[in-house]
Amino acid sequence: MSYGPKIIDHYENPRNVGNFGTQADVKTRKDVGVGLVGAPECGDVMQLQIKVDQATGKIEDAKFKCFGCGSAIASSSLATEWLKGKTLDEGLAIKNTQIVEELSLPPVKIHCSVLAEDAIRAAIADYKAKNGLPADADTAKSH
Amino acid sequence: MAITFPIYLDHAATTPCDPRVVEAMLPYFTEKFGNPGSRNHSFGWDAESAVDAAREQVAAILGATDKEIIFTSGATESNNLALRGAALMYEKNPAGSGTCRGHIITSAIEHKAVLDPCKRLQKEGFEVTFLDPPADGIITADMVKAALRDDTILVSLMWANNEIGTINEIPAIGAMLKASGREIIFHTDATQWAGKMPTNVDKDGVDLLSMSSHKIYGPKGVGALYVRRRRPRVRLTSLVDGGGQERGFRSGTLNVTGIVGMGKACEIALHEMDRDTARLSKMRKRLEESITAQLDSTQVNGHREKRLPHIANISFGFVEGESLMMACKEIACSSGSACTSASLEPSYVLKGLGVGDELAHSSLRLSLGRWTTDEQIDYSIEKIVAAVKKLRSLSPLYDMHKEGIDLSKVEWAGH
Repeated sequence: MSYGPKIIDHYENPRNVGNFGTQADVKTRKDVGVGLVGAPECGDVMQLQIKVDQATGKIEDAKFKCFGCGSAIASSSLATEWLKGKTLDEGLAIKNTQIVEELSLPPVKIHCSVLAEDAIRAAIADYKAKNGLPADADTAKSH
Repeated sequence: MAITFPIYLDHAATTPCDPRVVEAMLPYFTEKFGNPGSRNHSFGWDAESAVDAAREQVAAILGATDKEIIFTSGATESNNLALRGAALMYEKNPAGSGTCRGHIITSAIEHKAVLDPCKRLQKEGFEVTFLDPPADGIITADMVKAALRDDTILVSLMWANNEIGTINEIPAIGAMLKASGREIIFHTDATQWAGKMPTNVDKDGVDLLSMSSHKIYGPKGVGALYVRRRRPRVRLTSLVDGGGQERGFRSGTLNVTGIVGMGKACEIALHEMDRDTARLSKMRKRLEESITAQLDSTQVNGHREKRLPHIANISFGFVEGESLMMACKEIACSSGSACTSASLEPSYVLKGLGVGDELAHSSLRLSLGRWTTDEQIDYSIEKIVAAVKKLRSLSPLYDMHKEGIDLSKVEWAGH
């Protein structure tokens, strides 16, 4: 698989790697939303965590971890960059096609961008559920 | 000595030609270009005597006689000729009779060049038993004995596995079949074995043996099939008909340059086998031990002792295959994922051994060769360990593992 320079850059220097605590910790943190999507047997698992400033409602920080190919790592790394500073609605407006375009993902790797979009939606839905906010109709949609 | 990149650790795929091999071949491209089938002039005689000499060199590393060596285009053709040729010759019932034409025993982790001809024979009315190896990868004589039927005509088992390097009990299986007193032809795909390990087809009870030149520092496009001539005299139905070369088993003008190269490669192998084995097994041991000492959740696949000296197959937990290959791009090696990763084909050999019953594995096959250096091994150890550590620092699965979460119990959002 020959990749473009942006994928390679994100793969070699992934941005915002990490989490805001263990799986048990983040479950109880109201200011953190967690999205865990994919499955090991499919070869891709993405975990995206957002930390929301509860006063402004803006995503102040985002972290990821990813088990997957170079494109999956790059897609989730890019997603964390884009999420920072956005409101939840702005975050939900990120589409997988934008990730494909930004990274020049090859056609066989488009599913990685879909997974990143799923992870964003899952993290925002988790945050909303923890804080009693109405779920976005779209977030229940599965691919 | 400075290292140049990429480092070649894929000698089980192919080897570079030994310069001594190339030197031996060169005259046969130009001044000694004759067709060994030309009986009326010196060009033909020179080519024929070169082929005769090569036939003796190949026979010598197998403990065979020169008349028992059939030159082919490589081990794939040798396997096809052995399996199809023997099945059609020794069939118990003719095609279309509605009854089983004959029973064949092989294993589930053979090379595709054995599995696919067997599957074709299955479609044509033969019945095939694909033995499942245990977790150590080794097919034993007892397993074969238990699978024998009254209508078994052929047993085909690789001498050593190409992915994990494990060595089947070929001499014991040969002895068991001979002791049974029945006419069952025993074929072995010795592509990874012959020319690397001591072989004696008589002592080892083998009737048909496939081998390749390019795995033992000879040129590509040439191989051989050993066909036993005495006790029993094995007959085969030919697959390619024409000029009747190679005793009618394999028509077509001989690949003289390739054959000369293969002969020279065998001659070198005979003299340098022990030295190569000693050197490579030491290096391989260091490679495996250093990597597994520095990384947890890592395992060496296949039986620990009954293995070829130059192949290491290592699985790394919680790391995805393609990203591992990307991180090790200075090392030319093979990968196999034991899980159904979207980016890599799963290895049926590793799956056959039950590797990957735990989720999320990826594996590297590192195979060493005659010119692999200690510096290359040092670099590879360092690089692979760093790559796995980096990818684990990114892996949510490794975190979950460390937190004591059983990944097989998690409800994954399938995609």
